Amino acid sequence: MDVFPIIVVISFFQLVIIQKPFPHLSQTLFGVVLVVIGLFIFILGLESALFPIGEKMANEFALKGSPWWIILFGFALGFSTTIAEPALTVIASKAGGLAAGAGAIENDTNAIASFVLGLRFTVAFSVGLAIAVGVVRILKGWPLIWFIIGGYTLIVITTFFAPQEIIGIAYDSGGITTSTITVPLVTALGVGLATSIRGRNPMLDGFGLIALASLSPIIFVLGYGIFVYGVGGL
Amino acid sequence: MNFNIFELLGSALSGTLLDILPIILVLGFFQLIAIRKHIPNLKQKLIGLVLVVLGLGIFIVGLEQCVFPIGTHMARQLTDLSFLAGNDSARLEVLQNSKHIAPGLYLWTYVFAFFIGFSTTLAEPALIAVAYKARDITTGAISAWGLRIAVALGVAGGVTLGVYRIVTGNPLHYYIVTGYALLLIQTWFAPKLIIPLAYDSGGVTTSTVTVPLIAALGIGLASNVPGRSPLIDGFGLIAFASLFPMFTVMAYAMITEKRTKRKEIDEPS
Repeated sequence: MDVFPIIVVISFFQLVIIQKPFPHLSQTLFGVVLVVIGLFIFILGLESALFPIGEKMANEFALKGSPWWIILFGFALGFSTTIAEPALTVIASKAGGLAAGAGAIENDTNAIASFVLGLRFTVAFSVGLAIAVGVVRILKGWPLIWFIIGGYTLIVITTFFAPQEIIGIAYDSGGITTSTITVPLVTALGVGLATSIRGRNPMLDGFGLIALASLSPIIFVLGYGIFVYGVGGL
Repeated sequence: MNFNIFELLGSALSGTLLDILPIILVLGFFQLIAIRKHIPNLKQKLIGLVLVVLGLGIFIVGLEQCVFPIGTHMARQLTDLSFLAGNDSARLEVLQNSKHIAPGLYLWTYVFAFFIGFSTTLAEPALIAVAYKARDITTGAISAWGLRIAVALGVAGGVTLGVYRIVTGNPLHYYIVTGYALLLIQTWFAPKLIIPLAYDSGGVTTSTVTVPLIAALGIGLASNVPGRSPLIDGFGLIAFASLFPMFTVMAYAMITEKRTKRKEIDEPS
């Protein structure tokens, strides 16, 4: 279902605006079939295995866990779901190839692989940290907006020191990471926590974990860029 | 078929197994150590895990073989000089000899970016679910369709502006930092209840299929527009697509709030 409007828009532009036949039509169609089948099996598996376990666990922790366990669980959940996120896998390897092609890192398979792995671990660590901080925020009932302002300020400061080559990837990484696997599990944790703690409003306190999880990767990937490429001036 | 599908699938499957392993370890560890209960329906859960690994493997091969090439391919065709010249050989020659191409010539690229952003977001399943939840919580003050259209317009506008930035080559952070400043100002005036939902909507809407397609579009544009570097200019579209829905969702909430207030004044009960 997700793919249907994409096919309509692309076919319209290819046939009506560009007015040329599709190149590599059979390979592309085969790829579309793989995407649809793969996504279907993947989501079927998520809904029958990972989501029920994860949601039940999030609820149980929210109801009777000690704060330290919940914070640790939040970090582990954010880290592990981000490592598995398919969009991040694909984009990180693309970024590695481009960085090698532009001569920013060494152009051999090992250097690219370690750059890509480093990028994914940086993003996963920062999402884990963001969820842990977000859980503390829900437990304490602090307003979200102070974290957002603080995060934005940190992003602006870090951008000043970051090399040009990383800025685009860093700013994109926030949106990429919060996707198919992370969002449902993390939202379940947030809404579960906000519902089970007295005096918390699920609408005001339950949402907002995703917002933090989209913010902190930007700061950490900028930091990763400074670490890999060195400090860049603007 | 000019690629070996089984070889690709094999390497993708072993890769996804490693990717999924941390989730299994985390859930297993906390289930056994912290909660100390057995997992109910263990057999069904194990089958589900096999499906996750298998589906993810197939999906990633499809993304790399199909979605990414389509994105770069559309970008190449839409920025092709003979397409820009509209089959006019005199104009083509002028374009080939000029080092700088006026951003206005890329009109169809902007239109394409807008429609891809709008249509994919409107069909996004995660957004539909969130929209229904928001409607129920606000007892209909926020309609599901209104929210979906607000987010879709936000993504469409964001991707279009992002494409314009790639064409002109302006630094990304000027746009994003200005966006943050405007966002904080708008937050001041927006209804309090909408703020967490609005800030979440930026991250939620960019899905697994849309993200690689839009990223490929950006990288393809930056590789084809003269004077752009794919590494420096190619990324950033996702950042725009995550930023703009926050504006439109808050704007939508402000408009509905105003309308409800006016109604209350018009028809005193």
